[in-house]
Amino acid sequence: MSTTMAQAINTALRDALKDDDRVVVFGEDVGTLGGVFRITDGLTRDFGEDRCFDTPLAESGIMGFAIGMAMAGFRPVVELQFDAFAYPAFEQILSHVAKLRNRTRGALSLPIVIRVPFAGGIGGVEHHCDSSEAYYAHTPGLKVVTPATVADAYSLLREAINDPDPVVFLEPKKLYWSKDEVSLPAQTAPFGKAEVRREGTDVTLLSYGPSVPVALAAAEAAVEDGWSVEVVDLRTINPYDDATVDASVRKTGRCVVVTEASGFAGVGAEMAARVQERCFHSLAAPVLRVAGYDIPYPPPKLEHHHLPGVDRVLDTIARLQWDDVPMGSGAS
Amino acid sequence: MTTTSTRGKTPRATAKATRTSSPEAKAASALLPAERPIRFLDEHGARVDEHSGYAEPPVELLAEAYRKMVVGRRFDQQCTALTKQGRLAVYPSSHGQEACQVGGVLALRADDWMFPTYRESVAITTRGVDPVETLTLLRGDWHCGYDAAAWRTAPQCTPLATQTIHAAGVAYGEKRKGNDSVALAFIGDGATSEGDFHEAMNFAAVFRAPAIFLVQNNGYAISVPLDKQTQAPALAYKGVGYGVRSERVDGNDPVAVLAVMLAAVEHGRAGHGPFLIEAHTYRMDAHTNADDATRYREPSEVDDWRSKDPIARLGAYLRAAGALDDARDAEIKAEAEAYAASLRERMNADPVLNPLDLFEHVYATPTPQLAAQRAQLAAELEAENQ
Repeated sequence: MSTTMAQAINTALRDALKDDDRVVVFGEDVGTLGGVFRITDGLTRDFGEDRCFDTPLAESGIMGFAIGMAMAGFRPVVELQFDAFAYPAFEQILSHVAKLRNRTRGALSLPIVIRVPFAGGIGGVEHHCDSSEAYYAHTPGLKVVTPATVADAYSLLREAINDPDPVVFLEPKKLYWSKDEVSLPAQTAPFGKAEVRREGTDVTLLSYGPSVPVALAAAEAAVEDGWSVEVVDLRTINPYDDATVDASVRKTGRCVVVTEASGFAGVGAEMAARVQERCFHSLAAPVLRVAGYDIPYPPPKLEHHHLPGVDRVLDTIARLQWDDVPMGSGAS
Repeated sequence: MTTTSTRGKTPRATAKATRTSSPEAKAASALLPAERPIRFLDEHGARVDEHSGYAEPPVELLAEAYRKMVVGRRFDQQCTALTKQGRLAVYPSSHGQEACQVGGVLALRADDWMFPTYRESVAITTRGVDPVETLTLLRGDWHCGYDAAAWRTAPQCTPLATQTIHAAGVAYGEKRKGNDSVALAFIGDGATSEGDFHEAMNFAAVFRAPAIFLVQNNGYAISVPLDKQTQAPALAYKGVGYGVRSERVDGNDPVAVLAVMLAAVEHGRAGHGPFLIEAHTYRMDAHTNADDATRYREPSEVDDWRSKDPIARLGAYLRAAGALDDARDAEIKAEAEAYAASLRERMNADPVLNPLDLFEHVYATPTPQLAAQRAQLAAELEAENQ
């Protein structure tokens, strides 16, 4: 059955509301309107205003209110309407959401899901397209999840809602209308498990969320150049699956990290660092990064210059010192 | 000139008449605080004949408040002493603010929620929390030492006003579960400038959440005086714009603080939503032991407030009412001394901390990376001990 990521997220919210009375969905425009991306379409109608409701337009208030409701035993799923609109909630997220379990030695925990439509590629004007994952990933106490497939969008969101800890659930906006042949409910691998989306032998493309389709397209295009490219999708940035990444890179001996976020001090830098720390003797070339430029997110007519595309990935693969051979690979 | 003056007056007068008769104006005036802070006692503890509209709390409750205030002040003094002995990393005193510390808490039931700041150590011990557990944060052992869920008392909050939204959320959550509990958030005058305070009042009002915001207006945000903080006629007027019932109270009059707090609690339990209380009080000590208050306020101002001491006022009132005598007062002071002595003794013991606890509560289940870091620290500790 052909299903979009938007439908998968909507169905995950519905199934969670059905299965657990403690689940409540709230945010700006999520009620009557069904959200600006229609992700919460029909939830208020079908579950009532107690279960899915609109809030005043104040993101810090939404976040703090979710903390209080979680303290009272609810499992809030909040929507922060756009990546760059989430910033007013930062203090609540960093100082309270991420820390309350630790501060109270587990006496109070916050099973909150923070849904954020994020990243670019939809022609949004400024403040609608930020790749904000690094801010969250840098914060101990948060889990950070970003699906790249329709099945993952459903399964990871259900897991996020059931998780005893706060989860920042980053929904790649440009994939909302992507389709897969998926029947819901779908069950995929749990948090902390990366997936090899395409097998290959020459180089590993390491990616997550909105950049996975780019990596897959590049892998397909690379066949013409004679490269067999493996694509690994992290799925969850935290918890991070070193084991799957290590296994892939040890097999291929080369690695390119593909993220659409600006590269400097980003999640991609962490990924590259981990690979070289853990797989040094398997590497035939330095780990390279393909990332967005270190610029404020561009206006719609220029965003295609910023976002990593197939060509930039292929050009980077070409720079992987192909005349060199991994140490200990047995080849000489 | 005469014409101009008449012109100037007439529209204003008309506008005012229209305002007072409009539904919005009526709704606003129902939320507004009293013209002067509510008080039951004058500066000497004599009952004033002011019609406040609030019921006087029962004398047994006032006697209990007196006891808790005396013990609380002794605890507070002991804590400041403990900073000098290096037993506390820092201590923000509430000396002088005992009417709010105690009055806020005694109006609550055990199933009500409380959201203290770093200055509310006396409020927390008044709730019954063990004093050493209360001081865990300020001793530097952990971020919170008491069971926050069991006591329905959040960890002491340092980022200003952020906890007020939690109070709104938990109050709404409990209401949704069919409970009639309320949530009390303590906050200071400076923090009413923070955006979260405003979002909290707005959310609480929109969701009719039984949250009480108790603003202890002690005139200074560390060093910055109130007139540099706000141009509002009074902080209590900040509630009206959000549809929050608001009141001002003499924060050094324990009878008045309790009377208004009890009314605010009833307001919430009855389903009427949030309540904002501005209590005019004064911090007799510096912001913390690390602060020098002489840099920003005159000794004469401190002396002036000393004459409005909340404990002396309530003591005088209780004596006049026959609810306190020398013997009982001596008993209470002995209890306070014993409480301080026990605290001193217990705080002299060096706490045994397990550094590996640092990894225990980051998540319900540690990530593989945290497990590896925990093992690294464990190895470092083992090497140190060899």
